[in-house]
Parts: sequence; C-alpha cells; structure tokens
Amino acid sequence: MTDQRSQAEIVRKSLKRRYRKERRFRLYGILAIFIALASLFILFADIISKGHTGFVKTTITLDVSLDSGLMYLDDPTDKDQWSNADFKAPILVALQAQVPEAAGAAEKRELGRFLGTFADSEIRNLLTKNPGLLNTTQTIEFPTHDRVSVYVKHADNPRYSIKLSEQQQRWVDELVQKGIIDTSFNDVLFSRGDSREPANAGVLGAIVGSLLTMLVTLAISFPVGIAAAVYLEEFAPQNKLTDFIEVNINNLAAVPSIIFGLLGLAVFINLFGMPRSVPVVGGLVLALMTLPTIIISSRAAIKSVPPSIREAAEGVGASKMQVVLHHVVPLAMPGMLTGSIIGMAQALGETAPLLLIGMVAFIVDVPDGLFSSATVLPVQIYLWASSSEQGFVELASAAIMVLLTFMIIMNALAIWLRKRLERRW
Amino acid sequence: MQTANLLPLVLVLAVVAYSLAYMRSRAVAAPLGGIRNLKALPFYYAARAALWCAIPALVVLAVWAGFEDKVIQGIVIASLPPDTWPESAGQASLILSQISNVAAGSLNPEFLPKHITGAASLLEAMQDKSGNFKAILVVLIAVLGATFAWTRVAPHINARKNVETTLRRIFFACAALAVLTTAGIVFSVFLETMRFFDRVPITEFLFGTSWSPQTAIRIDQIGSEGAFGVIPLFTGTLLISAIALLVAVPVGLLSAIYLAEYASKRMRSTIKPVLEMLAGIPTVVYGFFAALTVAPFIRELAATVGMEASSQSALAAGLVMGIMIVPFVSSLSDDVISAVPQTMRDGSLALGATQSETMKKVIFPAALPGIIGGILLAASRAIGETMIVVMAAGLAANLTANPLDSVTTVTVQIATLLVGDQEFDSAKTLSAFALGMLLFIVTLLLNVVALKIVRKYREQYD
Repeated sequence: MTDQRSQAEIVRKSLKRRYRKERRFRLYGILAIFIALASLFILFADIISKGHTGFVKTTITLDVSLDSGLMYLDDPTDKDQWSNADFKAPILVALQAQVPEAAGAAEKRELGRFLGTFADSEIRNLLTKNPGLLNTTQTIEFPTHDRVSVYVKHADNPRYSIKLSEQQQRWVDELVQKGIIDTSFNDVLFSRGDSREPANAGVLGAIVGSLLTMLVTLAISFPVGIAAAVYLEEFAPQNKLTDFIEVNINNLAAVPSIIFGLLGLAVFINLFGMPRSVPVVGGLVLALMTLPTIIISSRAAIKSVPPSIREAAEGVGASKMQVVLHHVVPLAMPGMLTGSIIGMAQALGETAPLLLIGMVAFIVDVPDGLFSSATVLPVQIYLWASSSEQGFVELASAAIMVLLTFMIIMNALAIWLRKRLERRW
Repeated sequence: MQTANLLPLVLVLAVVAYSLAYMRSRAVAAPLGGIRNLKALPFYYAARAALWCAIPALVVLAVWAGFEDKVIQGIVIASLPPDTWPESAGQASLILSQISNVAAGSLNPEFLPKHITGAASLLEAMQDKSGNFKAILVVLIAVLGATFAWTRVAPHINARKNVETTLRRIFFACAALAVLTTAGIVFSVFLETMRFFDRVPITEFLFGTSWSPQTAIRIDQIGSEGAFGVIPLFTGTLLISAIALLVAVPVGLLSAIYLAEYASKRMRSTIKPVLEMLAGIPTVVYGFFAALTVAPFIRELAATVGMEASSQSALAAGLVMGIMIVPFVSSLSDDVISAVPQTMRDGSLALGATQSETMKKVIFPAALPGIIGGILLAASRAIGETMIVVMAAGLAANLTANPLDSVTTVTVQIATLLVGDQEFDSAKTLSAFALGMLLFIVTLLLNVVALKIVRKYREQYD
C-alpha cells in the first residue's frame, strides 16, 4: 500500500511540473502570434507615422505684383525677353516685404531659399496663359523648399534633421503665424508624375503606369490561365506530357520573381527588340509570373464542380466541349475570379522583375499608352525610398499607403466575391 | 500601320466573318426546312469562320511584330559603309539609337555624319514599307481565311467538331505556355551564361572568393580586371536566409501549433487572415521598412552596447525577411498539423498525456516531413527574395558571418548589374545571367525536394 501511495505522490508531483510545461508551451504559441501581429502593427504604424505628412503640402501664399520692370519683360510678345526674363524677382520682392528684418543682400538670399526650385516657372506658366495679368497684383500659392517643409511639419520631431539656420527658423515661424506659410491637402501627389523636387512629385504617373501594366497582365494571364486550367483538368489525357506540364506549372509558381525579369530582358527586349520601360513588356513579364497562380486556383475551382453536373449535361447529349463551356466553367467562375484577383494583387506589388526591364527610369510625364515609357507604383516607392532628400521619404510612405489601399481593396473584393458567389454542393 | 491598330481591325474582320457565315448557314438551311437539317448549329459555322479569319492573321501579326524591329535594324546596320561598321554590340546599339533618334526627329541631323542620316532615312523608309506590307498581308490572310470558311458552310459539314477541335488545341497551347516559359527561362539564361563562361572560367565563378564585377572600359585601364567569384555572394545569401529562417521557423511553427490545437474557432478565423496579410504586403514595402526603420534601429542598439553595426546590415534584412515568410511556414505547417488524424490525438490524450505532450511527442513527429517541406519552400522564397535585400543589405561583397556587417546577395547583384543602360556583351552584364542560372537551379532543387516531401507525406493518411 505504501508503495502505491508513493507512486501517487510521484504522479502528483510530476503533474504539477507537466502542467507548468503545458502552460509554458501555450505561452510560447501566444508569444509567437503576438510577435507576428506586433510586427505587422509596427510596420503599419511606422509607415503611417512616416507617411501621413506626405498627404500634406507646405505652401507660401503671397500677393505678387507682376511688375514688368522687375521681371525685365516690357514686351510680352518678344521671344528674347521671355527667355531672359527673371520670373523669380517679383516673388522675392513679395517675400521680402513680409519679412522686413531681412535687409542685407545675404539675408535676402537666404530668404529666397524658402522657395521651391520651380516657383518661377509657376509665374511663367501663369503669364503664358494670360499675358493680360502683367502689371497686376495676384495672390499666388507656391510650394516651399523641402527644407522649409520639413521644418514646418517636423519641427518638434528629433528624428528629422532640420536644415534651416536659427534665423531662418525664426522667419518661418513668423510667416507661419501670419498664415503666409501654411499646410494643406497635397493635391499635387495625385495630379502629377515624378519630379526631382519633392514638392512637385506625385504618384499619378505611377498609378496610370500600374493600371496600364495590370491591364496587359490581366488581358493575357486571365484567358490563358483559364484555358490552361480547363485543358489540364478536363481534356488532358493521363500521359507523360501532361505530367510534365503539371510539374512545370507547380515549379513556375515558386521560381523567384527576378528570374522572370531576366527572361523578359533576354526574350522581349533583346530578342524581339521591344522598347524598354513600357507597360506592354512589364505586363507580359508579370503575366507569365501570375499565370501559375491563376492556373492552380482555376484548377481547384474546376475540380470543385461536382461530376453530377457533367453527367447530367452529357446525359442530354452535350459534347464534352459544351459540357465544359456551358456548365463547368460558368459554375467555376467565382473561384477562378478570386484566384485571378489574388494573382493580380501580387503582380501589382511586384518590383524586382520590372527593375530589370528598365521601368526604373526617371519619368515625369503621365504615360498615355501601352507603348509610352512608364513606371509603376512599387518601383516609384523604391526610387523615392532610395532618394536622399527627406521629402521623398514621406512621399514614399504616402505612396506605400496608396499601394496598400489598392491591395486591400483587391483582396477585399476577392473575399467578397468568394462569400457572395461561393456555393456548396 | 501600327500593330496596335491592326489588332482591333482583325477583330472587326472576325466579327464580320462571323455574321456573314451565320447568315449564310441560315440561308443554306432555309430550303432544307430549317436549321435542324444542318449538321451543326449556325453558331458553329459562324464561330468557325471567325476562328479561320482571326487565328492565322493574329499568328502572322505576332511573328511579324516580334521580329520586325530586329530585321530592320540588321538591314540598316548592314547598309552602313563598311568602314563605319560597329565593332561591338554596344557600339551597334549606340549607332542604332542615334539613327532612330534622327528618324524620330529628336536629334538634329546637321551635326551628324552623313552615313547616319542616310541610314536614318533608310530606316524610316523600311519601317514604312514593313508597316504597309504587314497590314496588307494580315488583312489578306484574314479575308482569305474567312472566305475559305464561308465557302465551307454546307449542310453536310459538321462545323461543331471543327470548332471544338480548334478550341481544344488553343486550350492545349495555353497549357503548353507554362512549359514554353520554363524553356524560355532556361534557354535565354543558359545561352547568356555560356557566353559568360567563355570569358570567365566556370571554376573561378563557382569557387572564387572575391566578387567585384568591374571590367575595363578601355583596354589599357589599370585595376579593373573584374573578379567573378560567387562564394561571397552565396555566403551573404545564406547568412540572410539563415537569419530569416531563425525568425520565421519558430514564430511560424509555434503560431501554427497554437492556432491548430489551442485556439478557439473564432480566434483562428480572425488571426489566420491577419497573419496571411503579412504574405500579401509587397516586398518593396518590407524593403522600405528594413532600410529606413529597422537598420537604423539596429545600428543605434548596437552602438549602445558598444558594438559597431553597418548602416546596411544583414541582420536588418534577415529579420524583416523572416517576418515576411512567417505566413509561408505557418500556413503550410497548419495544413499538415490539421491533416494528422484526430484518432492519434485522442489516443495520446486517452493515455493521459497533456496537450503539449501530445503535440510534441505524437503530432509533431507525424507532421515533421510536411513541416520540413514547408520550411524548404520558405527557404527558397528567402533565397530568391530581391527587394528587401536590394534596399537593406548593401552592395559590398563581404565574406563574413557577422550579421551586423553589410553583405550582398545573388539577387542584389543581378538587380544592380542589370539596372540602367548596359552593353550586352561585357562579362559584367553576362555575369548577372550566370547568377540568375545559379539562383534558378538552387531554388528549383529546393522546390522539387520540398514538393516531393510534402506530397509523399500527404499520401500516408489518405
């Protein structure tokens, strides 16, 4: 009896230890999930904290008197005078009027550095459109220089190095108080292409480029993917060739994306002589990359259509092709669509293969066709992120938010489609 | 005429062919007493005409458009006076871009030698001629095809069979495209790799310990021999992948176990999609995060404990890449853990084992092959990942195992060697293809092994 009791004692003692182990194991699991979720959270928080200021622009609003004498532009019809005119002078005069303490030449020059590089071209454009405005006074909004912008947005954030002298900081503070330097929604971001100057750079060019590239990708990978899936699932005889195709598709799905860039470079650009950095080539490369994803998900969708449907159609005399086209494919379409949307979302975020086919070129214009030079959103983010000016970092974060918004919309669409159209047999 | 305009034209022709054939089949059927006396429905006669019209024309158009520029360029180069013939491919592309710029009117012909402007006008003439000829040929083929199909609208011909066979062949061609893609990858990358090995011996490439792909621009230039030893790139890749796996495997595996065994249904259905979001975030975003947030953070952290970290460290890239591949590990592990039959769990629990003991002693060993397969897939993902390392790992080819150092990887080198303008016959650019070949082979092997393991394991319980 005593022996048994001691056995129970041992069990009771070890039980405590074992339960502790059990709890610890559970804790590890929770910890792992916590780490993964926390990194996701930190990633989003970091990008939002860096990028929310990208949606805000800093501007100087001035009453500029467009004095012809000041600009050396007496005769607006004279071409020589146009090209030699000093469009910056009236802005500087207006700015100096706001900061009377900046009297010396050196101080005036420092004040002039508040303006963005393209401030004078704004006046030039204005006068080109309406020459009648010459010698009138206009209230015009100019983007500020990156340094001023960083100071205004991040004066209290030690992470940003402020590149203004103390005197300049005082002036900026003064102008902010007067309401001359102000921040507003950054409409430039959504209305322009890339620029060397952060204040003039926007993502519109990249968005249009992405859309055109996706259009090509979709136009190729969707029909081809579905056709391939239908063949493999419905028509393919069980032989070595079909096996080979199947293995190939599974392998292609796991080939690193940069290899597709090498393929595009060697085949489309070097062999076929297609132009670099155009949406057509980008779309072709991404289509080849997305194809396996679409084929695999479409096959799963076709497989889930029950045989009874096929048998019923065959029973009333439909040919194999009619069974497939009239019954199986329409029923499998929701699954095919969700797979394709997910594949397209992947393609939308892909960068590496596009670097190799030259979509990293600096392109200012918004692309106007499938054969015009373009860049895409992720590449634009890459370009801005590797740029040295601070203003581009917040633009890159803002562009990331735009990209993530598109991805979330696409994924939500896929989930909604699946919920809406999925049917169980 | 532009290819972009010919495409819709062919489609319009196909629609015309479709409606003409449709009308004719009805007209043929009418005296016989309705369409039920035809071998096929009018739709099939019409569809056959449309296919006959569009497919040959599109094939010709694709081939022509694919090789048009290449052929014209060759002829233009050949037309240059022999003493101005380009000596290298790089020079040829320079001359060609000059010529085409003149032809496009963006370069003033006054400042250029005469043979260039002559070639430019030849180029323009050739492009015009080729465009016209292409348009005529394509339209002719489309019309001929449609006419042929139109004449074959007869009651005794079974058009349905024709159409179905054609469609089936098209479907097969689409499936074969996957094989063609692989073949394209292998051939294009392989050919360039062979050209690279003409210049640099394969032994130096595989076993060399120094990588600096600078080649001489001038022949007499000093100190730019170029070293193409892949070992430092490979160790860099392995170092970063190892760090990534050190993060991803425990985090992914433990969260998969928790979600599969402990979590309530509701918790599982909310956390799983959130975890999978990690895999859906574009890699450029991770690269941005690694380069601008994690790397500076690591450098400061190392500085506070008195160590020196490079501003682009292997650790930063590896950590972030690890987070990225957590979902690959977790969802594959989750699948195999869930595939272990419930009876095994019940048996273990009935013997008095705790849940964690069941997990560790019964389920984990049973699921191990599948889990290893998943880890191999994640490893191949890590080796082939580009953007994170391009942005956060640096360019210096250091042969080091210190994670705080800057290292470079195979993918980084491919990207940096091929971004921007480059001439196509230097060892420098060709080396990128050799690296690509290496990457392709390594990831392919990993994938094949992983898929084999996963598949073999799955059969055990089926």
